[in-house]
Amino acid sequence: MSEVVLKVSNVSKLYRLGEVGTGTISHDLNRWWAKLMGKEDPFAKVGQVNDRSKSSKSDYVWAIKGINFEVKKGEILGIIGKNGAGKSTLLKILSQITSPTTGSIKAKGRVASLLEVGTGMHPEMTARENIYLNGAILGMTKKEINDKFDEIIEFSGCIMYVDTPIKRFSSGMRVRLGFAVAAFLEPEILIVDEVLAVGDAEFQRKAIGKMKEVSQGEGRTVLFVSHNMAAVQSLCTRAIVLNNGEVSFEGTTEMAIDEYSKMSLSEVNNKVHYSLDEAPGNEFIALKNIETTSTQIKLSDSIKVHFSFWNKLDLEEVLLCFDLTNAQEQTVFSTATSVKHFQDKVGSATCEIPSNFLNDDLYSVTLFFFDKNMRRLYNKPDIIQFEVVDLERELSYFGKVSGVVRPILKWS
Amino acid sequence: MEEENWDIVIKPSRGIFEVPVKKIIAYFDLLFLFVKRDLVVVYKQTILGPLWFFIQPILTTLMFLVVFGNIANISTDGIPKPLFYLSGIVFWNYFADCFNKTSNTFTANAEIFGKVYFPRLIMPMSIVVSSGLKLAVQFLLFLAVCAYYSIQSGEIYITKTILITPLLIIMMAMIGLGFGLIFSSLTTKYKDLKFLIQFGVQLFMYATPVIYPISILSDRMKTLMWFNPLSHIIEAFKLAFLGQGTFSWEGMAYTFICSLVFLVLGVIIFNKTEQSFMDTV
Repeated sequence: MSEVVLKVSNVSKLYRLGEVGTGTISHDLNRWWAKLMGKEDPFAKVGQVNDRSKSSKSDYVWAIKGINFEVKKGEILGIIGKNGAGKSTLLKILSQITSPTTGSIKAKGRVASLLEVGTGMHPEMTARENIYLNGAILGMTKKEINDKFDEIIEFSGCIMYVDTPIKRFSSGMRVRLGFAVAAFLEPEILIVDEVLAVGDAEFQRKAIGKMKEVSQGEGRTVLFVSHNMAAVQSLCTRAIVLNNGEVSFEGTTEMAIDEYSKMSLSEVNNKVHYSLDEAPGNEFIALKNIETTSTQIKLSDSIKVHFSFWNKLDLEEVLLCFDLTNAQEQTVFSTATSVKHFQDKVGSATCEIPSNFLNDDLYSVTLFFFDKNMRRLYNKPDIIQFEVVDLERELSYFGKVSGVVRPILKWS
Repeated sequence: MEEENWDIVIKPSRGIFEVPVKKIIAYFDLLFLFVKRDLVVVYKQTILGPLWFFIQPILTTLMFLVVFGNIANISTDGIPKPLFYLSGIVFWNYFADCFNKTSNTFTANAEIFGKVYFPRLIMPMSIVVSSGLKLAVQFLLFLAVCAYYSIQSGEIYITKTILITPLLIIMMAMIGLGFGLIFSSLTTKYKDLKFLIQFGVQLFMYATPVIYPISILSDRMKTLMWFNPLSHIIEAFKLAFLGQGTFSWEGMAYTFICSLVFLVLGVIIFNKTEQSFMDTV
């Protein structure tokens, strides 16, 4: 039975919404008075749940609320959640950058956090000087750095440039240098934010390997926060899912990732159904059903996009066309089909996007309708969205594979 | 679950006097690395490099010489004017540096402070040390000028008050740091103060006998002036090195108590602010 090394109990954090600075003196005085009279913070009561999609009634919001969890020695705990779910706030509290509004955190041993690599490095100073500075900022003593200096340099792969000011370094090299320093930290608990998002494949492999080694070999504990499911899957032994500032799931990594995927789907709308009187459209066209097989589709599965619409004027032929755009708003492709058969003025068409074609990303469908003379009848941007996910990786690279498409090509 | 020994406990707020002294000591290496960074970086970005340490006080002395010495014709108690102004500038600058540079600790370092934890007090402390090194360098210049005038006039200006110089410098650092800590904490929330500090320090210089001797003031003004703890320090400096000035043990005691109060107050406020300033900065 391994011991608990980190215990988070009932941690919450209250933030003020809107502009800080207006009316703060009066609030401060109010708060100070309440404290003096031994009452609780008058503004803490009005705080509401952190859900960025809802409009707020109060000036205060609970960025995280009532977080409880424990981490055992040697565990790698993944913390996953959508943007704004409270991950960063939790990390900031865990790394003592800001204090919680309520609750407590207890830890055994040194805690080091890596919310960014190379914090405090100065561009004018050499790699050598920066290793000392960065190491000291992260909590190492000069002696510890001296002892590990050669290893750090070796790990970073910047031996040649040790006496060069780092302003001459590429951003990738700076990251490597920063991570190298962090890798030789010897805290009992290491908190890592998405630092792996940068750096090349070789470096990512090294970094993940180092983290595994640290936790398994040396019995250290790692908290790993990431959006990168592939990395979480391969690295973590357990995971928690944050949603609207609360822990919505805690358990094995696989189950947590499943839970997270389901959650992120609620924001992505992969189907719309309309009745004739409420359907978006104009005097020519009204939309009926538009849907994909599911909101989340694996790279290795094909995707069917189904369209149906009312042809209000009973045109003989309607040209249905759609653009597929990715999250970076690039149009991946544009395709069209001619619809000629109508039943009760309803026309339909289904498009199949082959498997192993789209890269993992969030896609959005923009619809266009033309008549046979290519006159535009109607268009509707971003009518549905779906996500292509990459869960099965065979390579040891965990970053996003670049490119708009991701076909499997013939090699010989 | 049985009672266990936790090494780190994070709670909503620390007590007023819970200053993490142990941690500050553990991070002493960092303090010196910051000092080194400040010194190295200043001189890496310039052509004249460390010469700037001398140029700035010399130019200011020349300006004072023209404006206050020749145009306004303010007395310097018989001390050679360049020497008088240089002494004021060198020592005043130390206070001004400590105050100015520590007063934006939180805003200037928000980037680092937002990413990693170390006892925040390390930062202002490193500024006091690096400004101290700058003072040491400028002090050499001052001594050289002192020696030049001594030889030229055949007079010896230095008096036995010189023995308390270290105490004077320490008190000056304490007041500068104390003010800086108080203001750095307040500016995280009320940014207005930033504007106040810039010319506030300048105005404060005129309320301290830096460019004029206290002896030229009326008795009423003198009484007022002695409320300013820095007056005692600057006057004692002048007595120590230039032979003209005022020194009293009561004044020193008063100054020392003030320095201590400002510093303790500063540390307490700073310690309180460092726990949650990231939310307001």
